[in-house]
Amino acid sequence: MLILRCPYCGNDVDETDLAPGGEAHIRRHGPGSTDAELTDYLFQRENPRGVHFERWRHAAGCGKWFHAARATDTLQVFGTYSAQTTEPPQEIRDAITKARPGWSWREFS
Amino acid sequence: MRHYSAFAVAREALRHHTGWERAWRSPEPKRRYDVIIVGAGGHGLATAYYLGKNYGIQNVAVIEKGWLGGGNTGRNTTIIRSNYLQDPSAAIYEKSRSLYEHLSQDLNYNLMFSPRGVMMLAQTQNEVRGYKRTAHANALQGVTTEWISPQRVKELVPIINLDGPRYPVLGALWQARAGTARHDALAWGYARACSAMGMDIIQQCEVTGVRSDNGHVKGVETTRGPIDCDKLGIVVAGHSGVLAEMAGFRLPIESVALQALVSEPIKPCMDVVVMANTVHGYMSQSDKGEMVIGGGADGYNNYTQRGSFHHVEETVRALVETFPMISRLKMLRQWGGIVDMTGDRSPILSKTPLGGCFINCGWGTGGFKAIPGSGWGMAQLMATGHSPLTEAFTLDRFAEGRFIDESVAAGVAH
Repeated sequence: MLILRCPYCGNDVDETDLAPGGEAHIRRHGPGSTDAELTDYLFQRENPRGVHFERWRHAAGCGKWFHAARATDTLQVFGTYSAQTTEPPQEIRDAITKARPGWSWREFS
Repeated sequence: MRHYSAFAVAREALRHHTGWERAWRSPEPKRRYDVIIVGAGGHGLATAYYLGKNYGIQNVAVIEKGWLGGGNTGRNTTIIRSNYLQDPSAAIYEKSRSLYEHLSQDLNYNLMFSPRGVMMLAQTQNEVRGYKRTAHANALQGVTTEWISPQRVKELVPIINLDGPRYPVLGALWQARAGTARHDALAWGYARACSAMGMDIIQQCEVTGVRSDNGHVKGVETTRGPIDCDKLGIVVAGHSGVLAEMAGFRLPIESVALQALVSEPIKPCMDVVVMANTVHGYMSQSDKGEMVIGGGADGYNNYTQRGSFHHVEETVRALVETFPMISRLKMLRQWGGIVDMTGDRSPILSKTPLGGCFINCGWGTGGFKAIPGSGWGMAQLMATGHSPLTEAFTLDRFAEGRFIDESVAAGVAH
C-alpha cells in the first residue's frame, strides 16, 4: 500500500485515507490564451514512466491538499511537500537526484 | 502455414505429433519495411493482419518489447460487448463484435468465442434510466440489446441476490450476442496469420527512438538496431506516452493500474457475463470453472503492473452482496495491467503531428472487446488515410471539444 507523509499534519497516511488529485504544477490558462495552451492545460499530461509530481488530498484526515514526488515505475516515494508552491522545493529535487541522477520532468530537473 | 483441422489432428496422432510446425516465425529484423507496428498485443497484431488481408500491405514488421500478447491482451477479463451509448463507439465496438463471430474460421485458430450474453445490472434508479436510454440508442444504432426485468435476471443468473440491502437489482441491460473469448488465442491466432502472410513479428526488441526527417517518420531505433519504414503505427496501450514523447508529441493520456482476479475453479454456476457498474465489479465463469472478476482502476499514475490491494477488497466486497455464494470462494490469483486512460474514456485512433505516424491507444479499461474492429479501422486509416470507423476518434477532438463521452455514458470506466 502506498504510504505518504502529510506535510501539514505530519502523519504517515495510508493510501485508503488519501484522494489522488492528478498531475501537479499544471499552469492555468484562461481567457486570451491560445487553443494549444488551453488544450495542454485541460487535457495533455506528462504521464512519465519515472519521476512524477502529483497532487494528493489527506481526505480522511486533516483534509489538506499537498504535493508528492513519486516514481511511477517503482512506486518509490521521494517526498511530499506543501501545496503552496508552484514548483518542487530544492530538498525534494535533491532527494530525487540522489536516487535518479539526470532526471527531468517538464521544465524541472 | 499448415491448416489446422480435425484431419490434421488425426494425421499427427498417427505420426506421434512430429509434424506440427511453429505457429509463427521469429525472424531477424530486416533493414526496412513498408509499415512498422510497435506493440504485438491484440490491437497491434490485428492492425497488421487487416493491413495485409484488406489492403495487400504485407511488408510489415510488428515489433514487441516483451513477448506477444504479454501485456493487457493477456491480462483482461475477456469480455466482448458493444452496448455503448454514443454512435461512434457503438459503430466500432459492434464491428468488432460481429468480426469476433467468424474470427476463429477466418484465422483458422480456435478463439473459443462464446456468445453467452452480457448483462449489465442496474442497481440504482440512475442506472435504470441510463440503461433504458442505452437500449433505445442501441436500437437506433442496429445493436441488439434489450432492457430486462429483475425476474428475467434471476432466470438467467440463478445465483444472484436481487434484493441486496444497499444495491438491489432493478433490472439489466442484456446483450445476448455478447460474450467472451480466449484472449491469448486472439493474439496467437493473429500472429500466426500475420506470419503466414510473410510479416515479421520481432519479439524482445524495444523501440528506443523514432527517427524523422522534415516532419515525416523515417524509421525507429531499436535494441536490435535501426529499422526504416514509410509508415509507423504506435499501438502500445499503457506505454503510449513514452512512445509519443519519442515521436515528439504529447497525449491526453494517463496510465494507471487496473486489476483482475480469479477464484478457485468450481462447478458451472453462471453461464453469462454479469457486470455491476455501480459497485464496479464484473464476473464471468471461465471454461476451467474459475470465477473471473474484474475490478476498479487506481486513481494515480502507475507503470508497475501492480495495483492497490484495497481495490480488490472493494470489488469483492461489492460482489459478495450481489452474489452471496462467492463469499466462500478462495481467490487464487490477482494481477494488474497498465491501462491508458483518456479524458473522455474513449480511445484515440488517429494521425499524429508527425507525418506517416499513426497512433492507436486510449482503450483504457475496455480494449479487448474492440481488438478486431480497432485493427480493421486502424488498418484502413493507415492504408488509405481515412476510415469511417476511426474518424471520430482523432487526437485533435480534445482541442476541438468533440468528446465521445462514454465516461458519462457508462457512469464508470468501461
